[in-house]
Amino acid sequence: MAMAAAFRREGRRFVSPQPITAVRSSLIPEDHAPLGVRSISTQVVRNRMKSVKNIQKITKAMKMVAASKLRLIQTRAENSRGLWQPFTALLGDAPSVDVKKNVIVTVSSDKGLCGGINSTAVKISRAFNKLTLGPEKETKYVILGEKAKAQLIRDSKKKIAICMTELQRNPLNYTQVSVLADDILKNVEYDALRIVFNKFESVVSFLPTMATVLSPEVVEREAESGGRLGDLDSYEIEGGETKGEILQNLAEFQFSCVLFNAVMESACSEQGARMSAMDSSSRNAGDMLDRLTLTYNRTRQASITTELTEIISGAAALEG
Amino acid sequence: MLRQASRLLTRSIATTQQPIRVMGARPMSTNLPATPVEDSAFLESWKKVAPNIDPPKTPSAFMKPRPPTPSTIPSKITVNFVLPYASELTSKEVDMVIIPATTGQMGVLPGHVPTIAELKPGVLSVHEGNDVKKYFLTSGFVFVHANSVADIVVVEAVPVDHIDQNLVQKGLADFTQKLSSATTELEKAEAQIGIDVHSALNSALVG
Repeated sequence: MAMAAAFRREGRRFVSPQPITAVRSSLIPEDHAPLGVRSISTQVVRNRMKSVKNIQKITKAMKMVAASKLRLIQTRAENSRGLWQPFTALLGDAPSVDVKKNVIVTVSSDKGLCGGINSTAVKISRAFNKLTLGPEKETKYVILGEKAKAQLIRDSKKKIAICMTELQRNPLNYTQVSVLADDILKNVEYDALRIVFNKFESVVSFLPTMATVLSPEVVEREAESGGRLGDLDSYEIEGGETKGEILQNLAEFQFSCVLFNAVMESACSEQGARMSAMDSSSRNAGDMLDRLTLTYNRTRQASITTELTEIISGAAALEG
Repeated sequence: MLRQASRLLTRSIATTQQPIRVMGARPMSTNLPATPVEDSAFLESWKKVAPNIDPPKTPSAFMKPRPPTPSTIPSKITVNFVLPYASELTSKEVDMVIIPATTGQMGVLPGHVPTIAELKPGVLSVHEGNDVKKYFLTSGFVFVHANSVADIVVVEAVPVDHIDQNLVQKGLADFTQKLSSATTELEKAEAQIGIDVHSALNSALVG
């Protein structure tokens, strides 16, 4: 009997039941200890506890890394916020302008484990794509970052014009982003560029945002028809051969500036989201560890009690 | 002076109309600028295609509100001077800015006509009372709005006193040598850009 209890405590029955079936069948009558009724194997619980502890260590470390990266990038993102405001003040904000060739620039991250920011950006892009559907209309995606690519490639593979990844291998700077913007402008025909990104508000909140950059032709058309850009005609335009040339330069410069801010905000949101995700997962791991410890101790206690009872009753039987 | 002519003309009309406007259009004595309006057409069409997803924010939701066009010319001009990595000046009220536009130096005083100008490498000077602050700009754009707000968006700028004269001379000599030894069109163009920037830096230091 004591041997049977020792076997149970070792947990051999659960871990490797096959090799010892012969031994067990001779030692333990099947009807005496049905599987898993009296004791959960403590070995299994112990292993699980160890792995949860390791997971907790990893998530804690990732949280620390994200926090320090966030601090660096947050100041830079906040400093870049002045950059797009003059353009919005001049050209207005025109999400509803109806054009034929829409290009949706989805900004996402390369790495996962950062909450829902990538799927939010993708959802917004998809919904906007649906909004722009129509006869003689064309919508293309330009994707920055691995994660949005993985999600969008499933249902709209044909619509993806360019995919760029590994943006954040080196610290982001304006030169890099303007080269990127140049690449996009050269390779994609557009009437309006819609940049979808997550704007960083605080460590726990990100606002999905869509910025619009219109092509010079559309800007001119809108200004002449006196739509949302009606004020533009009152501006005197200095330099350049023609008005169109200046507007072209302006639109390209605007795109690079808006994209720079978008990339910064998105990188900042990513770190913030990762930080809060890792924080909550280390907390969950802690909770789980508490529960497992409780189960472990309870089982251990139960098996000790059983053994004691067995020994005492055995001794009593001998005496009697 | 001619730049301001149209502005001055409208001013005289505006001042005569002002008392009426004050009585009619402002029931409350708050002088707040109008809050940026959301694009209602966009919101409606969004609701139709994606009723379950909140519409994304647009940049105007995060804009700092701009002052409305005043009826009289203010005594100071408000300058926003931004770089990709910093906001050098934010809504700073100064007397005058001189801007290196591609068409030549351009002085901007309060009440300047609305203008969009492209910049070339040169010196931006910000005049505030007797103080003159000088920055060397690479390139960018300037928008002067009707409400006497000037936005200067530049790729790179440094205060002029941070520039080392010796390094500028050395760079100029280097690029001149490169231009003379350049063989391909690309090399020539690169050397020419280098010379242009360095001679602009040089003249900024000397002048």
